[in-house]
Amino acid sequence: MSHSEIQVREQVRNMILTNFLRGADASSLKDDVSLERSHVVDSVKMLELILFVEETFGFSVDNDEAVPENFDTVDNIVAYVVRKL
Amino acid sequence: MNVSQVTMLHEYLERSTARHPDKTALIFKKRRLSWAEIHEQAGRVASALRELGVRRGDRVVLYLDNSVELAIGLFGVLAADAIFVIVNAQTKTDKLAYMLNDCRARVVISDKLLERFYAPALEQARHLEHALIVDAGAGAAPVAHVKVHDHATTLAAADQAWRAPRNIPTDLSAIIYTSGSTGDPKGVMLTHHNMVSAAESITTYLRNQADDIVVDVLPLSFDYGLYQWLMVNQFGGTLVLEQSFNYPAAVIKVIQEENVTGLPVVPTIASILRQYEEKGLRLPGIRYVTNTAAALSIPHIETLKRLVPNARIYSMYGLTECKRVCYLPPERIHDKPSSVGRPMPNMEVFVCGPDGEKLGPDVEGELVVRGPHVMRGYWEKPEITAQWLKPSPDIPNEMWLWTGDRFKQDEEGFLYFVGRKDDIIKTRGEKVAPKEVENVLYALPGVQDAAVVGQTDAVLGQAIRAFLVLVEGTSYTARQVIEHCAARLEPFMVPKYVTFVSSIPKTPSGKITKKNIWDHSVGARVGGDEL
Repeated sequence: MSHSEIQVREQVRNMILTNFLRGADASSLKDDVSLERSHVVDSVKMLELILFVEETFGFSVDNDEAVPENFDTVDNIVAYVVRKL
Repeated sequence: MNVSQVTMLHEYLERSTARHPDKTALIFKKRRLSWAEIHEQAGRVASALRELGVRRGDRVVLYLDNSVELAIGLFGVLAADAIFVIVNAQTKTDKLAYMLNDCRARVVISDKLLERFYAPALEQARHLEHALIVDAGAGAAPVAHVKVHDHATTLAAADQAWRAPRNIPTDLSAIIYTSGSTGDPKGVMLTHHNMVSAAESITTYLRNQADDIVVDVLPLSFDYGLYQWLMVNQFGGTLVLEQSFNYPAAVIKVIQEENVTGLPVVPTIASILRQYEEKGLRLPGIRYVTNTAAALSIPHIETLKRLVPNARIYSMYGLTECKRVCYLPPERIHDKPSSVGRPMPNMEVFVCGPDGEKLGPDVEGELVVRGPHVMRGYWEKPEITAQWLKPSPDIPNEMWLWTGDRFKQDEEGFLYFVGRKDDIIKTRGEKVAPKEVENVLYALPGVQDAAVVGQTDAVLGQAIRAFLVLVEGTSYTARQVIEHCAARLEPFMVPKYVTFVSSIPKTPSGKITKKNIWDHSVGARVGGDEL
């Protein structure tokens, strides 16, 4: 199954809005803002996010790839997932 | 041994700046700041605070994640003769509001990214006048009665010169909040003398030297994280500050690139490092590793030996009320792995019976501490202070700290942590009052009874479990309960396990009793996490 960038973005945003922001308004999640610094994710949620990416997009995230460059913003996650697919 | 001339905490920064102004003091996310730059910025913070009306002894709350602004800000507060209060950026609105009011903060320093948490708290903060906000932007609107200023703009306009502080060593330098058994946090009052004494003792036994480069992934709101920065100031080294350990691979890369020599950990971090060690990671440049919060298991010690082959490994114990108590000399970690060692320099401890009688080897009692690093008490809580700081039976006018921790000593005087005297849970190195968690659980509609207890956990020290009785017709999943807690509590306070039961044991007067809660729950469990 292939995922377009738009689809990936929507899935990632939905997951974060539903699970980490308790269904908050879509405008409250900015795609270029650090998820860690804005306290949308903590260490436990980070693991959930990685698990979500693995299960949804069907590849495994190597320890060395679990870095801010790939996970700290919605934009970074989308770019990383698209690159891996 | 060198006799230190320093008696005030901020003098460490002044001394290190005078010795090597151009040396890198702080590295944070690729930013490198020299001692001279830190000194200059701290001067600007102090001037800005004075401009905003901060006077000697005022409290300034730093509600910030680990950042350059936090590391510099606390010294700016000290240079303004004020008291810094670092509040963990994971703290939610209600608790932040409580702390702002409890210490009657005049100014808060925070970051626009935390606005959704601090804005409603500012409205409730009766004594607060100003908020200095990172990235607030020009012309930021006030929040209720609190004037909002952009951090960078305000600092740029402030004088960088230090005015001679008027404080003396017995003045307070910091208030650190810790979980209180009543459910309300209590502020541990620490003087310059307390903190300088602790920093001197610790850097002595760690054998720190000016070329040490220490990585700090622990929040500066936690005394163990805070002291890494204070101690780097003491010995004039370099701190590599990280926001967290959420991205272990990124931290490991920084450790290697920056040639880090000092690695402070808690058992959770040691567990994660184990996965990397198993894949062959080696960090030969590390000279020492420190661990506190809970004893390292033998497999963890073995892992560390391979991971950091050239390092001394220190197992330590302490509490916010006096920072640190003891450390195990690294050469003894193999023959006494479960001990937290002996008292650090400049202090004395006793294992005491209930009346203060000193107990002999292998007899369990409460650990009692005396020394220059023992706190002044809890901020504006004299009754609670009197429960923990009690007059010495030997020395007039000296107060001893009763830790609430049960300990025993062996024949050689090595100390072993046994457990808590009260029901305080120690998890991830932090203390959690069950009451604080229970208060949040009772806010969930349909919760009839709630009991929160700690259970032994190899990684966390203790893990938090909540037992809940729901009123008929109410139903939650364990996950829903955990989410409810996570929205209101710092992550370390959130239960790991939630077990639904048909009843919780009670005394004849109807008070919940946790004594037999485990045995009772075997038959009473109706859902949620298994026992």
